[in-house]
Amino acid sequence: MADDLLVANGLVVSYGRPRGLLARGPQSTTILHGVDIRVGRGETVGIVGESGSGKTTLGRALLGLVAPASGTVLFDGTTINTLDERRRQPFRRRMQMIFQDPMSSLNPRQTIGRILIEPILLHGLAKTRSAALDLVHHVLDRVGLSRVTVDRYSYELSGGQRQRVGIARAVVLQPDFVLADEIVSGLDVSTQAQVLRLLKELTGEMHLALAFISHDLSVIRSICQRVVVMREGRVVEEGPCERVFAAPAAAYTRMLIDAIPLPSVDPGWLTRGVAAEAAVTA
Amino acid sequence: MTDYRLAIEKLSAISLRDGNKPVLRRVSLTVGTGEVHGLVGESGAGKSTIAKAILGIVPSQVRITGGRIDFEGTDLLTLSRRGLRAVLGRDIALIPQDPLTALNPARRIDAQMTDGLRLKRGLSAKQARVRALELLEEVQIRDPERVLNSYPHQLSGGMRQRVLIAAAFGLEPKLVIADEPTTALDVTVQKQILRLIRALQERHGTSVLFVSHDLGVVAKICDRVTVLYMGKVVEQGATAEVLTTPHHAYTKALLAANPRYDRPDTGLEPTPPEVISALRAEISAFDVSLLESRDG
Repeated sequence: MADDLLVANGLVVSYGRPRGLLARGPQSTTILHGVDIRVGRGETVGIVGESGSGKTTLGRALLGLVAPASGTVLFDGTTINTLDERRRQPFRRRMQMIFQDPMSSLNPRQTIGRILIEPILLHGLAKTRSAALDLVHHVLDRVGLSRVTVDRYSYELSGGQRQRVGIARAVVLQPDFVLADEIVSGLDVSTQAQVLRLLKELTGEMHLALAFISHDLSVIRSICQRVVVMREGRVVEEGPCERVFAAPAAAYTRMLIDAIPLPSVDPGWLTRGVAAEAAVTA
Repeated sequence: MTDYRLAIEKLSAISLRDGNKPVLRRVSLTVGTGEVHGLVGESGAGKSTIAKAILGIVPSQVRITGGRIDFEGTDLLTLSRRGLRAVLGRDIALIPQDPLTALNPARRIDAQMTDGLRLKRGLSAKQARVRALELLEEVQIRDPERVLNSYPHQLSGGMRQRVLIAAAFGLEPKLVIADEPTTALDVTVQKQILRLIRALQERHGTSVLFVSHDLGVVAKICDRVTVLYMGKVVEQGATAEVLTTPHHAYTKALLAANPRYDRPDTGLEPTPPEVISALRAEISAFDVSLLESRDG
């Protein structure tokens, strides 16, 4: 399709491959068995799966944080997974990531200001520290954090504030694509609602493409246009949210949807679906 | 004769580390015989503190300042360490949140499951192993022999949680405290575990205090529910009523913040600031009234 920004074809990723002639050790484990995925410009795509489905590894392969054993990752028309470090550099700014746990992804010894300013200078979006600080103030306003946050450390912030910093760090570099990996899973529902609303607004304003990895199908339904369902390193179903949720084609997707406990009264829910679950997991 | 197993009355606690700030504000709730009672709230609401108070394991920086925890006529707060130990395990059991940290990584499942059966139920080592096998079958583990001979790391998260559920119900307790028992699990496994807890609870007539941050989970397994905010009960009642006709603005806000796949146009409503300020005003008025009643 003409407006595809990120296209991955036949991604295979294995871990633990013994290196060298005399290498011994455990056999390698294949995490992704040939995954195809595409994300359009400005599109939000949900990637859902249970633990061990390979969703996090897929995200890492898209960003080039793990090298695929085979397959290609095309970004804006360029095959990026075979580029050397120097030629890859320009793409690093355009592809950003928001991490699951901002507590461990924000350096506790650096102020938030420093964490946000360094990458701006590194990628040459500002020539001076004061020009970078202007950009930082601007993005803090946008994500709903006070400007005095620049003098704070990550441990002085609440979980919701830390996740706003994570979002600010990603979007301040004016990327075209952002990967968000389980970014609301540790948050209370009211904070989760705020963070998701912010992300939804930003993708609209900036025409940002977003790959949103989550185990929570209700969250995916609320902010994504398309969804990719993964299981054991393969895509089992892919399509517009509207269609997939109304009429899932794969029995596995059906089972995932039926397992979501909605906050409404449904006395038969617990005992329903036993046979279907057994059929899918057999 | 009472129709409840557990009655918490006006339980209050403060945090010694945080300027003696109240963490529980006269919390009262009852768990009936054979009832599953949900305790919901956001982080810091005090739900875990209540569970820990029942089990006698409140952290050292928290001090209980008043109230009773009545378990079948005995106030657990007045029991000696030894007295409480006699009740725990035998009459009250815990299903913890994280099955990996709750199990000793260096001991086989066999040893960990039979401890309780020998110490609390007086079985011989041989009898305890036979009983452990039966219990694992009851939680639908297909190859109980293999599981008994395994170490915790050799089992999946769902399997470990089944082992802990088997161990908890195996002591035939009257009350089970389930502290976020499915938070670490995948949704499909969560559903199986919820189904299992409900089935065992119904079969044995066990009362369950079910701690959760997830209104969806509570909706599916709890008969009644208590909603907490900053250590204060804001709403209490039959789960069906609280979910369909919530009275308190905070309960409504919690429901409105929850995304739902079946209603994509609703949900993700951040709690309105006026709801939070009204709640805080309600709580400070409550704190002031407590101080005044103490003075008077």
